[in-house]
Amino acid sequence: MIEQQLEIYPNIQFASDRSLLIKLGNEISREIHERVLKFFVLITSARIRGLQSIHPAYNSILITFDSFMISHNEIKDKIKSLLTEERSVKTPPPEVIEIPVCYDEEFAPDISIVAKRNSLTIEKVIQIHSQPEYLVYFLGFSPGFPYLGEMPKEIVTPRLLTPRLKVPAGSVAIGGDHTGIYPISSPGGWNIIGRTPLRLFSPENENPTLLKMSDRIKFVPITKKEFEQLKN
Amino acid sequence: MPLMKVIKPGFQSTIQDLGRFGFSNLGISISGAADAVSLRIGNLLIGNDQNSPALEMTLVGGEFIFDSDTIIAITGSNFQPTIDGKEIPLWKSIFVRSGQSISFGATQSGARCYLCIKGGFEVDKILGSFSTHLLTGIGGYKGRALLKNDELNYAGSNFKYLQPLKVKKEIVIELMNREKIFVTNAPQTDLFSTETINLFSSSVYSVSEETNRMGLRLNGPKLVNINNQDIVTEGVSLGAIQVSHDGNPIILFVEHQTTGGYPKIANIISAHLHKVGQLRPRDEIQFSFVSIEKAYEMRMHLESLISPMSLTLA
Repeated sequence: MIEQQLEIYPNIQFASDRSLLIKLGNEISREIHERVLKFFVLITSARIRGLQSIHPAYNSILITFDSFMISHNEIKDKIKSLLTEERSVKTPPPEVIEIPVCYDEEFAPDISIVAKRNSLTIEKVIQIHSQPEYLVYFLGFSPGFPYLGEMPKEIVTPRLLTPRLKVPAGSVAIGGDHTGIYPISSPGGWNIIGRTPLRLFSPENENPTLLKMSDRIKFVPITKKEFEQLKN
Repeated sequence: MPLMKVIKPGFQSTIQDLGRFGFSNLGISISGAADAVSLRIGNLLIGNDQNSPALEMTLVGGEFIFDSDTIIAITGSNFQPTIDGKEIPLWKSIFVRSGQSISFGATQSGARCYLCIKGGFEVDKILGSFSTHLLTGIGGYKGRALLKNDELNYAGSNFKYLQPLKVKKEIVIELMNREKIFVTNAPQTDLFSTETINLFSSSVYSVSEETNRMGLRLNGPKLVNINNQDIVTEGVSLGAIQVSHDGNPIILFVEHQTTGGYPKIANIISAHLHKVGQLRPRDEIQFSFVSIEKAYEMRMHLESLISPMSLTLA
């Protein structure tokens, strides 16, 4: 099965007259993630003229270009020849980032739903959620939002029937078998189980996001007092 | 510094330039003018850089007072602009005197009207762009749409006299025509049957009320992909036409979420994105598929129109 994948991928196609989609597999896995990271580094460092953005995801990379600066055929050829250099790419070792989370009920309106659904105590939910080192597969959707893997099955909880109109920035939540952090205050339908005092999105900074692709993150439980101290 | 005071803000008025490029991998879509062609030509008319920040108004315009002399150009759709109660033309450079007020009404044509000002509005540059991203609350004027009594700085009277210019009539007609919107294939076009693709390109769709800078939801024949399946979440392109489970197509627009898990049946060509920015709720549209090569030719043609050659003495 894996051999077959290597034969078919990478597959390059036009996503529009100003974008190319490179597919590197058909599923979500850490192996495919490593290839996505390699190609992301490769394409980023090539500094192709007319290239506007490079958006990695689970098993694909979307490249947007300005067709007035570089024609569709020219960029497709450039990307094709770059992809043959996969073996030469060195990726930096992943950074582990600790995210302090206060699971206090004030910040965790839905933690009891998660506990009840899975027949666990709240303390146990916190322990399970803060146990793994999560992989940041990529950022996307909204500013600074990390797609994280993999959450332990013991705390899987379906999304809320009615999404909230406003989820505060920094909320840590569970939606189905995913966990995530809301970088900005927005509507949302995930179960909120805590809040981090850290800012995930700071538009005034040159590096506006706290996290980046391939980081490993670890949730560290903190008290409300520590939350207030870190917030200030 | 010269000030423009907001007397009435209009329905949704934001400061926009051509967008914030290069941050999609952080989840930040480009934003920028919904009709970038009108913004570029407006800036061209008054000798600005084409990327200068201007005011984008939506459906209903506002009223503004200027405390210093300046030159402006109004482009895009006709929002019935007047200066001190007297009607003024679109697509033309216009001298505004200190103390005069410009007032706009409801649109007589499309969704957006641009007020470009000599030297551009003075707002903070965030991540390389002046454009407002409403969803994120960044850029433009305080990251939001204008409100009554806001005061915006502009470059002011430190300029030489400008020969009044206007855009040639036939160019305006060509740019504002939106009879047909051209699309190319998208990554999941082949998840739809030939019948469904034909249905999509032969039907008339109407723009729903649920329409904003993030996306335009369309009403019309439902489109179902072969297995009614989702895809692994991937990056999405500006102008992608995504089909959700209910079978209704949605055009992802300038403030779109940068990723999506629904199949995309088609993608608006670059040369027609500005037409999408002029679509209003209840407007009817039809799509037509073209090749990537044809889309490229049309982009080159469009660029040739956004030039001083399209202007003439007023």
